[in-house]
Amino acid sequence: MNKINVNIFIDRENKHVKLELERNSPVSVLLNKLCINPVTVIVSRNNELILEDESLNNNDNIKILSVISGG
Amino acid sequence: MIINKLSCCNEKSLIALTSGERLCKNHFIEYFENKVFKTIRQFELVEKEENLGIALSGGKDSLTVLHILNKLSRQNPKIKLNAIAIDEGIEGYRDKTLKTADEFCQKNQINLHIFSYKEEFGLTLDEMLKILDVKPCTICGIFRRYLLNKKSREMKLTKLATGHNLDDECQSILMNQLKNTIQASARLGPKVGLVHHERFVQRIKPLYLCTEKEVTTYAYVNGLLDDFNECPNAVHSFRAKVRDMMNEMEQKFPGTKYSIASSFLQILPLLKQQFRDGIIKICKQCQEPSANDICNACTYLERLKNKIIYQE
Repeated sequence: MNKINVNIFIDRENKHVKLELERNSPVSVLLNKLCINPVTVIVSRNNELILEDESLNNNDNIKILSVISGG
Repeated sequence: MIINKLSCCNEKSLIALTSGERLCKNHFIEYFENKVFKTIRQFELVEKEENLGIALSGGKDSLTVLHILNKLSRQNPKIKLNAIAIDEGIEGYRDKTLKTADEFCQKNQINLHIFSYKEEFGLTLDEMLKILDVKPCTICGIFRRYLLNKKSREMKLTKLATGHNLDDECQSILMNQLKNTIQASARLGPKVGLVHHERFVQRIKPLYLCTEKEVTTYAYVNGLLDDFNECPNAVHSFRAKVRDMMNEMEQKFPGTKYSIASSFLQILPLLKQQFRDGIIKICKQCQEPSANDICNACTYLERLKNKIIYQE
């Protein structure tokens, strides 16, 4: 199995997404696929923040939280 | 877990700084708080004795400022804190953030004073926007600043701290360049205002050098981040366009935001000098400080009144 499935919640759009990625894909690849600028978000896995170069695992539950101010 | 030579320690890193340094939770909290306290010292934002106001929206920025100033206040009992929240009347948004603000203040035993557009002006922002064809952020900003200053003065606050961060400041600097309103930039900086005036309560920005991403990370690890989104009106603004442009630059050239603010701070004294002669008048209708004979808030209130009469 060279592919993994990742469950993603994007808070800004209040949207759940499932993505298939190459095994060992880092967070940066995931953000790139979703056209999200890493400067504008923080990313958590199991409620723990993770960095852009961290590898994702099969069935990871990822939250993408926007850093944009409410006004 | 990734540990490399840029990691601060053996603990798991949760943020990479612009410098490339990677910090764990505890080192990041220490880094962030030191940065804010350094900003407060460097720009002399808070004196030893203050009756401070904090403009609290319930969002992550203002909660972070209140959280840190509360730490400062506990170490220095002569620094008193009062949270002020403005309820503009934005359905489905402000009601949620005000609830968060109230819960935080109750938990931390901080006085919270809420003032609403409806009570002060007779209309909510949502109602105003149905009557007038104006950009939401323009009119909302005018009324919010008006109320914050008026109420802070009436409450005898020595200063008013806001949650403005590095991203907010850089957006304002760029917007003033793009719109050729450079005189407005003279009023920016960590300490807001051109000249001291008895009817103005000075505004301070303790998060001046913290990026939005750093503030969000701090809010997240301290449990200050709620799950509400951005203001429904914000997406329409010119500011949102400038913000996206700047974030694109920051991604390609890390440190761009800091460079913008840093270079701006070097020319700010010259801008203040250049525009210091702008006379502060007193509005003939409400007696609040104003650049013109009638202040912006009264001008918009008049327009709203006329439109309502016309519609009736």
